[in-house]
Amino acid sequence: MNPANDLLNHLLRLGDSALVQGQRLCEWCGRAPALEEELALMNVGLDLVGQARNWLDYAAELLADGRDADHLAFRRDERAYRNLLLVEQPNGDFAVTMLKQFFYDAWHLETLRGLCLSSDPRIVGVAAKAFKEVTYHLRRSSEWVERLGDGTEESHRRMLQALARLWRFTEELIATDPAELALHQAGLLADPAQVATAWRDRVAAVFARATLPVPEAPSHFYLDARKGLHTEHLGLLLAQMQSLPRAYPDAVW
Amino acid sequence: MYAQLVETGVKRVTPLAEMSEQERSFQERIDGEIKIEAKNWMPEAYRQTLIRQISQHAHSEIVGMLPEGNWVTRAPTFKRKLQLMAKIQDEAGHGLYLYSAMETLGADRDEEVARLHSGKAKYSSIFNYPTLNWADMGAVGWLVDGAAIVNQVVLQRTSYGPYSRAMVRICKEESFHQRQGYEILLTMMREGNQAQRDMVQDAINRLWWPALMMFGPSDEHSPNSAQSMAWKIKRQSNDELRQRFIDQTIPQLELLGCTCPDPELKWNAERGHYDFGEIQWEEFYEVLKGNGPCNQERLDTRRQAMEDGAWVRAAAVAHAARKAARDAA
Repeated sequence: MNPANDLLNHLLRLGDSALVQGQRLCEWCGRAPALEEELALMNVGLDLVGQARNWLDYAAELLADGRDADHLAFRRDERAYRNLLLVEQPNGDFAVTMLKQFFYDAWHLETLRGLCLSSDPRIVGVAAKAFKEVTYHLRRSSEWVERLGDGTEESHRRMLQALARLWRFTEELIATDPAELALHQAGLLADPAQVATAWRDRVAAVFARATLPVPEAPSHFYLDARKGLHTEHLGLLLAQMQSLPRAYPDAVW
Repeated sequence: MYAQLVETGVKRVTPLAEMSEQERSFQERIDGEIKIEAKNWMPEAYRQTLIRQISQHAHSEIVGMLPEGNWVTRAPTFKRKLQLMAKIQDEAGHGLYLYSAMETLGADRDEEVARLHSGKAKYSSIFNYPTLNWADMGAVGWLVDGAAIVNQVVLQRTSYGPYSRAMVRICKEESFHQRQGYEILLTMMREGNQAQRDMVQDAINRLWWPALMMFGPSDEHSPNSAQSMAWKIKRQSNDELRQRFIDQTIPQLELLGCTCPDPELKWNAERGHYDFGEIQWEEFYEVLKGNGPCNQERLDTRRQAMEDGAWVRAAAVAHAARKAARDAA
């Protein structure tokens, strides 16, 4: 494998995940359970889309094929997207949205913590800024998981349903990829083993407070976002997100 | 802008001579340009008028997120997506400021929101128009926020302190949105292709008149204005503000290279203002009554959000109570 390609793949993984998660949060606009949540969901989404742009800017530079971040975001097909399967899952109810956000934030924060130590100053620059934002995201999503898990009977039941729906997608958050391990050993990326351990600990701690059971570790299955093998949800998400640039390829917005 | 027809419940302005001592000292304070604060005595009709106006304004911020939410998932570049998300976030924040200002008058946020959802409380008519192409995001920023600013700049001097202070904060952010909206249109007109230029003109054609309606009925059909002006809740008449908006907007329209969908629009050198055609008042009142193009959808979305979110709010309350009990133990 070519390490430069592996790094590019990982930058796409970071950028695409933030973008797709941000896109899902946009879908909440005007539909949140409280006005304060309208503000918070859009705020988190805004942070993530901003981070996505920074990662894709760098990816575009490494690609050096004339495409820019916008081109990568708004013209790439689903088979070329590298986002986590978790974040492309539909919003469902607020329990699904917040649990998804929590699983992602817990992975994201640890990943960024590692990236802040990268030997690549460009990565450190983006990661350090994102780290501050994601610290806030994780605090917020942890609190909501706790509130909903340890809220009413109904909210607890809905959290269990959300967990049943999302849990299998957490496999990719803790699975170690050989290419990423090699990049870590080269000093570029976070240590995947450390990310996995910290993620498990965080989930266990928050779930204990939320009175939610931690299921058995999920096993790997056919889908694999690192290879662009997504669920059927991503294609529709991209069809909507990319509709204008696709319809008017020569337009300047 | 966002509060365009507010009932005062007062048929005529009471002359000073007919006022009680309390009323007179209140009116003297108003006339002396001293802000009224939450704990000051105020006539009940003043309080109720302000509750209606500020809540209408707050509801408008919230319902106003929906026409833009319609495009936030489809914004065509990172820059535009980020701008729109930031703007929507600001609007939610404005709603929060305004509900807080309203609550200083003793009103209850949940009750006022319930009045919105039952169709009893109003919000700005403009948000009942659909956003049909991307240029609408520019036109809403430029025309709708532009009209809002003309109104709100004046409201910074409104007589009720908490409302006036909310307006100062909101105006700063709105001006920023307006410039961004204009820049969206300018980019499409100057750097875009023919299809994009057509989108811009189409957006202006559809939103021009609805933006003018944001200033409310003409002065001769604005029976509540006299009392609102005497109380200095309103500082300038609907028609004055509308004229100011047109005068300052037409040069911007020309700079874009677009046309105005008003064949009667013409500079009047004698008046030093633009003359313009008659607004479709029938349409205006129909939209206010709930019969506009999107009234049903907008309210349905808001009602649905509150209904779907009920279990979330209940969970937050239950959890907070349990946590407080644990902390106390």
